[in-house]
Amino acid sequence: MQIKIKRGDEFKAYKIEKAKLLLEALLEIKHNIDYTLAFDYGCKSKVCGTCAVRVNGKETLACAHRIKDGDEVEPLRYEKHLKDLKVEQASIQKIAQTQGYLHEFCEYTMDAQDEAKNDIQSDCILCSSCFSACPVLEVNQNFAGPYALTRAYRYAVDKREANAKSIIEAVQKDGVWDCTLCGECTLVCPKGIDPKSDIMQLRNISAQHGYFDPNFSNNFGGFDPNFTF
Amino acid sequence: MIDVLVIGSGGAGLSAAINAAKEKAKVVVVSKSKLSNNHTVMAQGGINAALGNVESDSVNKHIEDTLKAAHGLASPDMVKLLCESAKGAIEFLDSCGVVFSRLKEAKEKIKSIAQRRLGGASAKRACYGKDFTGLRIFHSLLDCAIKEGINFLEDMLLLDLIVEEGKVKGAIFFDVKEGLIQELWAKTTILATGGFGGLYLNESTNIDLASGDGLVAVLQNGGAVSDLEFIQFHPTALKSSAILISESARGEGGYLVNSDGKRFVNELAPRDEVARAVYKELQEGREVFLDLRHLGKEKLLELMPQELELARLYEGVDASCELVPIKPVVHYSMGGIPVNEKMEAIGFENCFVVGEAANAKVHGANRLGGNSLLEIIAFGKIAGKNAAQKAKEIKFQNPNQSHIKKAQSELNHYFNKPIRINFYSARERLAKIFYEYVGIIRDEASLQKALIEVKKLQNQFEFMGIMDKSRKNNANVVDFYSFKNLLQLAPLVIHAALLRKESRGAHFRSDYPNEDAKFNYHILLKAREEKNADKN
Repeated sequence: MQIKIKRGDEFKAYKIEKAKLLLEALLEIKHNIDYTLAFDYGCKSKVCGTCAVRVNGKETLACAHRIKDGDEVEPLRYEKHLKDLKVEQASIQKIAQTQGYLHEFCEYTMDAQDEAKNDIQSDCILCSSCFSACPVLEVNQNFAGPYALTRAYRYAVDKREANAKSIIEAVQKDGVWDCTLCGECTLVCPKGIDPKSDIMQLRNISAQHGYFDPNFSNNFGGFDPNFTF
Repeated sequence: MIDVLVIGSGGAGLSAAINAAKEKAKVVVVSKSKLSNNHTVMAQGGINAALGNVESDSVNKHIEDTLKAAHGLASPDMVKLLCESAKGAIEFLDSCGVVFSRLKEAKEKIKSIAQRRLGGASAKRACYGKDFTGLRIFHSLLDCAIKEGINFLEDMLLLDLIVEEGKVKGAIFFDVKEGLIQELWAKTTILATGGFGGLYLNESTNIDLASGDGLVAVLQNGGAVSDLEFIQFHPTALKSSAILISESARGEGGYLVNSDGKRFVNELAPRDEVARAVYKELQEGREVFLDLRHLGKEKLLELMPQELELARLYEGVDASCELVPIKPVVHYSMGGIPVNEKMEAIGFENCFVVGEAANAKVHGANRLGGNSLLEIIAFGKIAGKNAAQKAKEIKFQNPNQSHIKKAQSELNHYFNKPIRINFYSARERLAKIFYEYVGIIRDEASLQKALIEVKKLQNQFEFMGIMDKSRKNNANVVDFYSFKNLLQLAPLVIHAALLRKESRGAHFRSDYPNEDAKFNYHILLKAREEKNADKN
């Protein structure tokens, strides 16, 4: 079997003897064929979030992807590219931007149903697949991106959060309203998280706090009567 | 200047970092790889705290269970400290927003956290978040650390500590992204560098980079490490990939059956006993399976969705209606760098150790499931607070000289030497030696054989070096140093196992199958195989 890996500006083909999963193939290459191949990996079991790449134009975890003849492997997009498949993730900066953390802990009572509200969102492994799949980041690098907004949502709806408003405030600029709701993020998430839906929920909560879509006012409320085609 | 330098970005490092930052210390967390590339995210089952949310439990019972599993090698004072800190640890995690599974009925605060039974526990004591407990703990700690404004540095390989007159003044790193050696000076340093399961490579649940870097740094500076012979095997890893299937699978009612369809062990006995029973079945030519079928798909999806997915993806079986083939593999290093009750490294000043890298004498000869997540949080707090406190007392602590030169010439040597042997092949050989000869069951002959084979590899090391000659983003450097560290630790592990002529907890000698009271001490080892016993 042969797979192609993007190195520099070009794809380079490698013959794979034993590997079935992409990560196994990358290790086979690195240990036996070309020691200079750069990529990150860790747990080999879908939890450390370090081995995400793009295969045939779609984001996937190398440790979970079964290779097929002719697969084309590239690094994630919109992250700082370091070498071959290795990128530097912007996750710390993006989470800081959306303030996706618990702001003010409060007394609470909770049951299983309350927990279910942010159960799936808290399984995020920060692999950045959604980030790389998001078309908005192609034009606006300041956009917080899907996972950082999912984090904001996960804390904003937590019963232990006494100050959800400050989280909501943090996701207004380059945040919830910049998303096009295309759903590409949801399609590629290896953990079954649905950032698109989380962003829609964040919009609803934003409205409850008195925020509204700035684009909406530009497109309609801000209609220029002198405008002609 | 950095007040607290934390080396390692797993749960232990982050717990220490957050607690130090809360004391107004300037904290930097350094990681060998990506921040999330650690073992905390891989911990599935739960974190122990005798909250009694589900059934009657007490701190005393937690202490008793832990001491019993430790087979006389845990310190009762340290175990008491650990178990008494457990409630506070859960409250801390709760305040960071960790999403725990909750009870059906609404209750106040942490009283609503669901708890499950893990092996060796006399009550349902482990708080959990489905079977993603460690993952959720890590990410909430990371978010909390971001909130605290902690600085992070990724892809920094620890080369050595900076030690002058017994005082640790920071550490030396290879900055992988830039391809440069860097010194980070700090008033206090916390080693949260993890264990050394990488010795067993693919026969372990650990990441390949688990190479005991902190232990080696301490050894390089004349320090000691202890209890290395106690390496925990987890009874249930997937047969073909060694990927962990959590103890919670048995805690929730899963069986272990052999190829004759018979159960052969109490599934909730401590890990050492279950792992040996599984190993015996395999040695006698039978296969062993985890049987979850009777639990039903709905319950499995609710309680352990990750186990279902891992079994499907990596073993090709549907655990809700098929048997899951398993084997025991290396999971955890009980031994490490000895610390006192403040988590200070014995023999060094201004240096703290926490987590799997430390030997805080709470696990002894065998660790209970759910106690390591507890240790990283509870003792992480102690390490962080004490390091921050210590940093306040230190006004100025620059090293007298730069220590880069020695590290640089060593790196240049490994870059430029002629290479005749691929160290990746040697690394696989080392893992085979360890799994075969320093495995679940050892004896004098197997250990001596391992020692000879390791010596051979050490001799061949002369012909190994860094094969990728590029400077920036060179992971080959990281892999090479990790292997070098493992090769340095390997003979110490074997020596410790040879010296302990008895069977106790995870250390089982077929030539000395019984526990022997005269070995009721810790084996401390220094580099160059100097040995002495600490009769505490």
